Amino acid sequence: MANAATHRTVEAVWRIESARLIAGLARTVGDVGLAEDIAQDALVAALEQWPASGVPDNPGAWLTAVARRRYVDGVRRRVSFERRAGDLARELAETEDPMAEIEFDAHVEDDVLRLIFTACHPVLTRDARVALTLKLVGGLSTEQIARAFLVPTPTMAARITRAKKALADAKVPFEVPVGAELTARLASVLEVVYLIFNEGYAATSGESWTRADLCEEAMRLGRMLAALAPDEPEAHGLVALMEIQASRIPARAGRDGQLVTLLDQDRSRWNRLLITHGLTELHKAESLSGSQLSGPYVIQAALAACHARALIAADTDWTRIVALYDVLRALTPSPVVELNRAVAVSMADGPAAGLAIVDTLAADPAMRGYHLLSSVRGDLLERLGRTDEARAEFERAAAMTANASERAHLVSRAARLT
Amino acid sequence: MRVMVLVKATEDSERGDYADHADEFAAMGKFNEELVKAGIMLAGEGLAPTSDGKRVVYDAEGASRVIDGPFAEAKELVGGFWIWQVSSMEEAVEWVKRAPFKNQSVELRRVHEAEDFAGRLPQDILDAEARLRAQSGQ
Repeated sequence: MANAATHRTVEAVWRIESARLIAGLARTVGDVGLAEDIAQDALVAALEQWPASGVPDNPGAWLTAVARRRYVDGVRRRVSFERRAGDLARELAETEDPMAEIEFDAHVEDDVLRLIFTACHPVLTRDARVALTLKLVGGLSTEQIARAFLVPTPTMAARITRAKKALADAKVPFEVPVGAELTARLASVLEVVYLIFNEGYAATSGESWTRADLCEEAMRLGRMLAALAPDEPEAHGLVALMEIQASRIPARAGRDGQLVTLLDQDRSRWNRLLITHGLTELHKAESLSGSQLSGPYVIQAALAACHARALIAADTDWTRIVALYDVLRALTPSPVVELNRAVAVSMADGPAAGLAIVDTLAADPAMRGYHLLSSVRGDLLERLGRTDEARAEFERAAAMTANASERAHLVSRAARLT
Repeated sequence: MRVMVLVKATEDSERGDYADHADEFAAMGKFNEELVKAGIMLAGEGLAPTSDGKRVVYDAEGASRVIDGPFAEAKELVGGFWIWQVSSMEEAVEWVKRAPFKNQSVELRRVHEAEDFAGRLPQDILDAEARLRAQSGQ
């Protein structure tokens, strides 16, 4: 087999096996950083040996065996070094077969879940959590992660090293939290996955592995999480939210490369497979939630689903959208949610009702200088036939935005009203 | 990327004769579970025998004619499919190699992505939209 082809195969095997390998090792050695180092050794061995020997029939078992050998060798060296100081008999008993408890079927799924929670531990910065999750759970190389986040590889490598050290220093246990802690920790995991998704959603160009692939990676991580923690409605909600949003990617660019807003998109270009899958996930989330939608991701997914279910924009169930924004507002109050609620209200009950909300919002100091508020207000005024005020509002919005394309859009809307 | 995995029909699957295949079904169920837990499964279905199927054939003028199943040549027929989201064709191949098949032929095909969106939008627009979307959930 040609060397390049073998490399691609090794990479593919690594994508499939690495999370389970690292997770299994981490449970034994109690340190994800060390586990990853050992697993990386096995990967290097594969890259060295497979081009000559061919890819083994069971590459996962091969990697596990090599990792296990490396670890045992390491422990033996350490044992002989500490012979005089330590309790030799106990240590030997423990190291007889230190990897015996790695069963790559029985506990491996729990281990992968532990790995996800550890990589997303709040002791780490947000950037570190994202990097470590992609590296340990996603099986991406440091180069791939660096490229996706537009930083030099050494910078990303240092970030990952620091993160692993921070986990070791804080003695973060390799476990899935329980009780009240679980809720907070799960929120951290979900946040990391959604950050990865949004990073990808804003991406433009695509070579072999770039930012755009982050959307797919985030969806994959989300689905893993939902499958490993099937009783958590927010995990299913996040998957649904990402999939329904991603379904619109093919429709968001117009012929001239301009942005097409949701209501103007050609819905026949939406990815139906992702919508179907997303709606199924939402259904699971809603069944688990009971009568009350349980969290921000489920609610946002339900919002996205209102659009996905409407075959044409005019069929959109705005009353339901308003009701969902009411729930979201109660759960995570923010002026931005309120502004979106105003838009929904204007679609359900007419522009005057929407304008009343926007005018209340305009008094909020947090919204001062926020061009979207002026843009929405201009739109509502235009629909009410208050042309002069609308034009002034669009001009104000154009002056406030730093984004050239948005400014051009707003200037043209103002110009149409003269 | 998405890959469609086409699993060819067999004489038994064409006969709808699954009696001797209980173990294979159990193994396949386990494999499917693995695919779901790996986060790559988008869709997957087994198809009923072609005796329940139809073919529609168009002539040069576009006139159509319906042919009832069953169809000959089981090896050329599709008995089931998956659609996976993977990072490379190699990854799909590695997954297929883990499937519990015997005496079987499986074909992997890359799914065309509807209009590659990559590089077609200016960055500032994408940034603005991502921001908006992240705030509104739409």
